[in-house]
Amino acid sequence: MTDTVRTTCPYCGVGCGVLATPDGKGGATIAGDPDHPANYGRLCVKGSALGETLSMEGRLLHPEIGGRQASWAQALDSVSESIRTAIAEHGPNSVAFYLSGQLLTEDYYVPNKLMKGFIGSNNLDTNSRLCMASSVAGHRRAFGSDTVPGCYEDIELADLVILTGSNLAWCHPVLHQRLEAARATRNIKVIVIDPRRTASCVGTDLHLALTPGSDVTLFNGLLADLDRRGLIDREAVEDYADGVAETVAAAKRAAPDVQTTAKLCGLAPGDVAQFFELVAQHEKVVTLYSQGVNQSTSGSDKVNAIINVHLATGRIGRPGMGPFSLTGQPNAMGGREVGALANQLAAHMDYGDAGALDRVRRFWKAPSLATGAGPKAVQLFERVARGEIRVLWIMATNPAVSLPRSDAIRQALEACPLVIVSDAMRWSDTVEHAYIRLPALAWGEKDGTVTNSERRISRQRSFLPQPGEARPDWWIVSEVARRLGFGDEFAYDGPAAIFREHAALSGFENDGSRDFDLSGLATVPDQAYDALAPVQWPVTAAAPEGTKRFFADRRFFTSDHRAKLVPLAARKVAHPVDRDYPITLLTGRERDHWHTLNRTGKSARLTLRAPEPVVAVNPADAQRLHLDDGGLVKLQSRWGGMIARLRVTDDQNPGTAFAPMHWNDHFSAYARVNALAHPAVDPLSGQPEFKSIPVRLVPIKRDWEAVLLMRSRPVGIDAPYWAIASGAEHWRVFAAGDGTPEQALDQLSTLLPTGNSLSFRDPVGKRFRSAVIADGALAAWLDIRPPSMQLDTDWVGALFAKDRLSPEERRALLVGRAGAVTVDDGPIVCACHHVGRSKICRAIAKDSLADVRAIGVALGAGTGCGSCIPELRSLLAETTKVEVAA
Amino acid sequence: MALERERLLLIGAGMAANRLLGELADRCPDRYDVTVLGAEPHRPYNRILLSPLLGGEKHVDDLVLTESDALSDARFHLGDAVVQLDRDQRVAVTESGARFSYDRLVLCTGSNPIRPNLPGSDLAGVHTFRDRADTDALIDATTTARHAVVIGGGLLGLEAACGLARRGIKVAVVHLMNWIMERQLDPAAGALLRASLETRGVDVITGGDTEAILGDERATGLRLKDGRELPADLVVFAIGVRPNVTLAKSAGLTVGRGIIVDDGLTTSDPAILAIGECVEHRGAVYGLVAPLWEQAAVTAAVLAGDDDSRYGGSWVSTSLKVTGVELFSAGDIQAAPDVEEIVFEDREAGIYRKLVVRNGRLAGAVLLGDARDGAWYLDLIRSAANIESFRNDLIFGRDFIAMAEAAE
Repeated sequence: MTDTVRTTCPYCGVGCGVLATPDGKGGATIAGDPDHPANYGRLCVKGSALGETLSMEGRLLHPEIGGRQASWAQALDSVSESIRTAIAEHGPNSVAFYLSGQLLTEDYYVPNKLMKGFIGSNNLDTNSRLCMASSVAGHRRAFGSDTVPGCYEDIELADLVILTGSNLAWCHPVLHQRLEAARATRNIKVIVIDPRRTASCVGTDLHLALTPGSDVTLFNGLLADLDRRGLIDREAVEDYADGVAETVAAAKRAAPDVQTTAKLCGLAPGDVAQFFELVAQHEKVVTLYSQGVNQSTSGSDKVNAIINVHLATGRIGRPGMGPFSLTGQPNAMGGREVGALANQLAAHMDYGDAGALDRVRRFWKAPSLATGAGPKAVQLFERVARGEIRVLWIMATNPAVSLPRSDAIRQALEACPLVIVSDAMRWSDTVEHAYIRLPALAWGEKDGTVTNSERRISRQRSFLPQPGEARPDWWIVSEVARRLGFGDEFAYDGPAAIFREHAALSGFENDGSRDFDLSGLATVPDQAYDALAPVQWPVTAAAPEGTKRFFADRRFFTSDHRAKLVPLAARKVAHPVDRDYPITLLTGRERDHWHTLNRTGKSARLTLRAPEPVVAVNPADAQRLHLDDGGLVKLQSRWGGMIARLRVTDDQNPGTAFAPMHWNDHFSAYARVNALAHPAVDPLSGQPEFKSIPVRLVPIKRDWEAVLLMRSRPVGIDAPYWAIASGAEHWRVFAAGDGTPEQALDQLSTLLPTGNSLSFRDPVGKRFRSAVIADGALAAWLDIRPPSMQLDTDWVGALFAKDRLSPEERRALLVGRAGAVTVDDGPIVCACHHVGRSKICRAIAKDSLADVRAIGVALGAGTGCGSCIPELRSLLAETTKVEVAA
Repeated sequence: MALERERLLLIGAGMAANRLLGELADRCPDRYDVTVLGAEPHRPYNRILLSPLLGGEKHVDDLVLTESDALSDARFHLGDAVVQLDRDQRVAVTESGARFSYDRLVLCTGSNPIRPNLPGSDLAGVHTFRDRADTDALIDATTTARHAVVIGGGLLGLEAACGLARRGIKVAVVHLMNWIMERQLDPAAGALLRASLETRGVDVITGGDTEAILGDERATGLRLKDGRELPADLVVFAIGVRPNVTLAKSAGLTVGRGIIVDDGLTTSDPAILAIGECVEHRGAVYGLVAPLWEQAAVTAAVLAGDDDSRYGGSWVSTSLKVTGVELFSAGDIQAAPDVEEIVFEDREAGIYRKLVVRNGRLAGAVLLGDARDGAWYLDLIRSAANIESFRNDLIFGRDFIAMAEAAE
């Protein structure tokens, strides 16, 4: 048993501290870190189940070239040679990196430096483009920097918390727990603004189920209302901000009153009035927002609409107040800090600033620094599709699933001359498309830092050995840099060295001119880095313990240090619904799943709630479109389609549908929701619009339903619809389709392993079941049934945990129900009345049966042909003996 | 005793007679002056146990049936077959010339094994398997025989084959049809049973039509019509039985395949009843023990004076009495366009179950390897109960249905 290691959760941007105690066998027990200021010991269901996700199943453990295992030397030589050749023949812009908010800051810093400073291209973006780019753009427009002003404590200190575009209860559960805990002690009002009634709405004061995309109008209306109430002190605001008058005027034009606002937002006027009233009444307001705001073609405007209200009312930079962007990924913030976005340079320095270019060039000793903003994610992949990118290196992300129009993305990947991936997982649709596959470390193995939503840097420490040949991302990129001739500039001996360089760059010629400043940590020794306690940046000589809040001093990071209010007019969504595609699809998360499932998909506990892709619609739409609850539905947009199971619920507004983003080709037949997403992006942030996709819904004919439980993961499932989910020591496949159940049986039976099989056939009832037992243990269980029949597989699923099935369990196996109350009657003694030996012995003992006649009266045994009477006599003798002996 | 008792004569001292005597002891122990005439020199014994007796699993003492003992004043005249029945005089005459008068007569003459007229069927070493004498002869023969062939893969033939195999000689069963026990089993169950028998040292040849038994004085082999020859110094015919109607026929009673009886088990002569394998009731002839019990009960009631007692025919089920093989078959189990088949198989455990459902009712069942629900299925078939409410779990047995009902 090894000692407990303090580390940080790899899921959402809350960044909870985790105590991991390895069991020495590759697993670990997980607990919340009571000393971590993000969570104070709390964990959500995903965090607490981390121990169930550490298996090597589905891992990429060796380098591969063209599908064949290769040595690291071969793989790294091949990568660097390809990059060198591409640069020589097509220039530096023929090479691109696509990074990820899953990378540690140190792993993020190295490829950003290599691409921008040494390869000399700006072809580098990250999947944070899909989640946080609009917040970044909004922050920079308002503050001159990508600054989150407040901290988690503000949520607990507020009197009013507005959740907009945030299903906090599911997506940032520990913050939700903190909010609820604070509400238990104090009256904190909560308003939820979300087209859906989510779990976050429970117990709140007001839910505004606005029309998707109407957020700017709602906040314009709020700003106008606050102004009418005289709650905007223009004089005071104009002391530190520009654009107040124009912004308020624009708001009044866009949303002059409650009635207009309500109409434009699809809300009841009374609800809008109540919203305005609550905001007017409470000074201490925190507005928490997330992907519902960001993932929009007017995402930046939505962010600024929120910030406008806070700036105009001075509700920023003080305890219990402020706009608060919640990040989705564990290190979205770290990626923004190293500047690994196409439109940033490094360490919160911009291309647009000549001084910054010079500064970074000098700091890095960069031979060929990129000098302007590059293509953002969607554009970057358009360049891939056009053949302009010859070498694409994807690290720790799954764009074949997560980018809009994902079918087209797959085509682009197929067309690209060389796709390289570094990933911990082999189970990934993107990894499938790569020619060179480089095994990276996963959580628990890698070592470095992450930054959470409140700017808090925490250590992610390793507590597991490096499996197979997997290596840290920083090492992989540094080795390629060395082969490209930049050995001196990438001679890192570990993450601490990278962190020091990153911190030094942030403080380089800073002097308070840039928000992001880690100069206080630029010389942190290795041991101190290892022991680094969670700390909120900036960390400077003046603030060595970090900084809770920005902007209390009303000094911003624009060139004139004044904040900017942004006059806004609402824009329509890029693709409104029309006659052919009349339903607005919104996408998001399931409570217990994460991204593309390759971690949470391993945990039976996390999979229990949502084992299949589900699309939710309002009952009125279901009725109108002839869709059955629990049936299959095809969702089709102009860009792609998917098939999911239908859930009919009042939580969904009429005219809208919701589908989760997690499913991909490794977990379902045809359920990649981003295949439907259109490529339109926010003009400023480049972020796609995942929350407003026009679709139509068509019922899919379903003649049969099937469940297949298997100890090993089945591959090559052939059915119109299927989804795979983990169970305890087994995998669960749910399938459905049209055609005869016999055809389904033939197809699905090919997935079954070899072993001893049990079968049950009821062709007229359209029911088939079979099971396979290998070495006495359950290896597979298959059920095919009519769609109208319900099936509970809990009991059968639990049998996979057993090394050997008992005779009773085996007998009940195809019943699919507990045989617990079934008592084994033993081998038949009386063949006429089918009475077993054990049953007779029990009766003799219990009812003190004295002779054969008594047995006959009690059980019927021996009253038929009488053949068993001699055996009954001997049982009478034996059983009596046992009784006497006892 | 003030009144002379009526004289009741039973011709036949087998299992039917035994059961009838037991029933009479329960209902009217003093009414009749009972005499039992037996062709075999034995008190009633359990014929079903002849197979395990052959196999050495049972001793002759285990075969003793005791129900007739309850009628302690019944007289037994054994080892002397009745050869003549004079219905006018109401007298039966035995081979030895003894004469027995009666007021009421019950024929329970059983059935005789079929011995086909094949070339070589009269050779030494060729046997049938019906009674104690046959069994004793077979046990004797196994001391010298090396290759036994049982002709007929029905219930009795398979039991005989298993019994012989237990004696350590090589046994082959030659069966005319394409699978064994073809009336009680479907092809799948037949194949599974065959595999099970083969592990017990019994070879099975299906589609085998015997042309001749080979040998000069003693049987040495068997030739099939397809030309195959099998070594056989012991041959057992087990191709069925015929109701023993010789006496009834010669006495002028109405006889079809068996002695025709009405629902009161009464023959064409009101003074004469008949039960057991020798009778034909509503066109059915039974070769199993369960109908006999039902017939004995009705006959005893009729003899006790209950004229309303009626026998409506029996639903029969078949169980193979081979140690380690659980087999049950009842009702109509053959495939047909109007039936629904539900099948369960666990090959490793040797379990096969097939249910046949017609119009929401259980019509037939085959259970191999796990026959514990046989009686329950037979009840469902007999009662024609509507099984729709538990049809989906029916094949898994009564335990699971009871659970589902308990859970509701």
